[in-house]
Amino acid sequence: MGDLRTYGQIAWLWIRAAWQYPTSFVLLAVGNGLITGLDFVGLWIMFSHLRDLAGFTLHEVALLYGSASLALAVADTAIGSVERIGTYIRTGRLDQMMTKPVPLLVQVCADQFTLRRLGRLTQAAVVFGWACTYVDWTPLRVLVAVSMLVSGALLFFGLFVGFSCIQFWTTDATEFANAFTYGGATVTQYPLSIFPREVMVGLTFVIPVAFVNWYPCLYLLGRSDPFGSPDALQFASPVAGILTMVAALLVWRTGVRHYTSTGS
Amino acid sequence: MLHVAVATRAFRRYSTYRAATVSGIFTNSVFGIIYSFAYLALWEANPTAGGYDAQDAVTYVWLGQALLMTIALWGGGTTDDLAERVRTGDIAIDLYRPVGLVGWYLASDLGRAAYHLLTRGFGPTVIGLVVFDIALPGSALDAAAFAVSLVLAVVVSFAIRFLVASTAFWLLDQSGVKVMSGAFAIFFSGMMLPLVLFPGWLGTVANALPWASYVQVPADIWLGKHQGVDLLAALSFQVAWAVVLLAACHGVLRLATRKVVVQGG
Repeated sequence: MGDLRTYGQIAWLWIRAAWQYPTSFVLLAVGNGLITGLDFVGLWIMFSHLRDLAGFTLHEVALLYGSASLALAVADTAIGSVERIGTYIRTGRLDQMMTKPVPLLVQVCADQFTLRRLGRLTQAAVVFGWACTYVDWTPLRVLVAVSMLVSGALLFFGLFVGFSCIQFWTTDATEFANAFTYGGATVTQYPLSIFPREVMVGLTFVIPVAFVNWYPCLYLLGRSDPFGSPDALQFASPVAGILTMVAALLVWRTGVRHYTSTGS
Repeated sequence: MLHVAVATRAFRRYSTYRAATVSGIFTNSVFGIIYSFAYLALWEANPTAGGYDAQDAVTYVWLGQALLMTIALWGGGTTDDLAERVRTGDIAIDLYRPVGLVGWYLASDLGRAAYHLLTRGFGPTVIGLVVFDIALPGSALDAAAFAVSLVLAVVVSFAIRFLVASTAFWLLDQSGVKVMSGAFAIFFSGMMLPLVLFPGWLGTVANALPWASYVQVPADIWLGKHQGVDLLAALSFQVAWAVVLLAACHGVLRLATRKVVVQGG
């Protein structure tokens, strides 16, 4: 709990710092909302040429899109700064952080905290809310929906932290991680039935982003898996979220132990 | 000669970060694969959407990934240096140099673009060719026109990024405007979805805006959608925006230098 409080304090510090350039602050929030907003307009334009995409209608795709986007926005707002760890290593800031009495991961995640994702968060929530009105709700479905959002955020949290650790070994390959974090987010915007079976297997067992929204959404929509995967997977998101998170924390620990500063 | 020297130095500066380049090509290719499957699903459901066939659509995806860094779609490139020099006040030194600022940064950005084309452009194109069998230009004329169109795309994109960076003269920090401009660029360039799919008036507007010269125009030339007079019109469209926007850069710079107060002085 103490760590969470420290996190909040550091984050608040950065919000005040960003507010020193008020025009930029507002434009950043609006701009980021606009990017994701236009993203959805793109999807909508796509559907003006289609009745369904690989068997999924617009509001079904919106449910997939909204839930994944919401999970990503939460994870990115909370810990997106971890992507910059290569810069901290290069400039020596990581050494400074290590001397402070706050866990390193908390400092790295809270550093340069920005509310720029507020725009994305709002937009994702609106799309998700709209798509939810088409779902035939039961108590169990509500439970699956809540666990989907939490597990999705945990999964992205794990992917961001885990893949950012590559930078402990090579400091200028930040973009490599994007393929898995933002790539994972992009994949989840579409029904996985557009991909060949091998890709779906990879997204289930290797980079488990299928659990962010695909499996739980199949349950919410009352659909059977087009690939014929077992129904149990539709409830397995929390397991995938926790496993990814644990794996990421282990990688983080290995990375920090491997780290020997750049000074010499 | 000076500008050639500036461009070669920029080329070499960007070529320093090898691991970044390799990881960038990898990432572009991953996105290329994702979008290819999405577009294949779209064109399977509607085989003639926007006047493209499935191969056109997949080719379009990989061209987009190849152009992403070359035209610095998200903003950035050498104009980021300009914004930073305005913020720190170093711009004062640049202003008393006997070289035009716009020309200097344009040369530098062309050097950067050349590097990104050879690496981040060529890499994904080869992968697209091997994995998805994308189309190649139909004739030598199309290929040559594509090369010209590409240079024009970089110039138009540079001019917009220069204008964005110039807002730092007034706002001190370009980041907010940069994100806004990036959002428009992604949407109206046809990067997110080919402009040929945009319906009605939205399509008309999108095809008239300068961002259309980023991806849609070069891609259509590559795909052989413009022939004869039409090809000339497409290139003229890019030239017109390049001229107008570069003139705007000069104008804004003149306004800005009149109001520059060097920080700390």
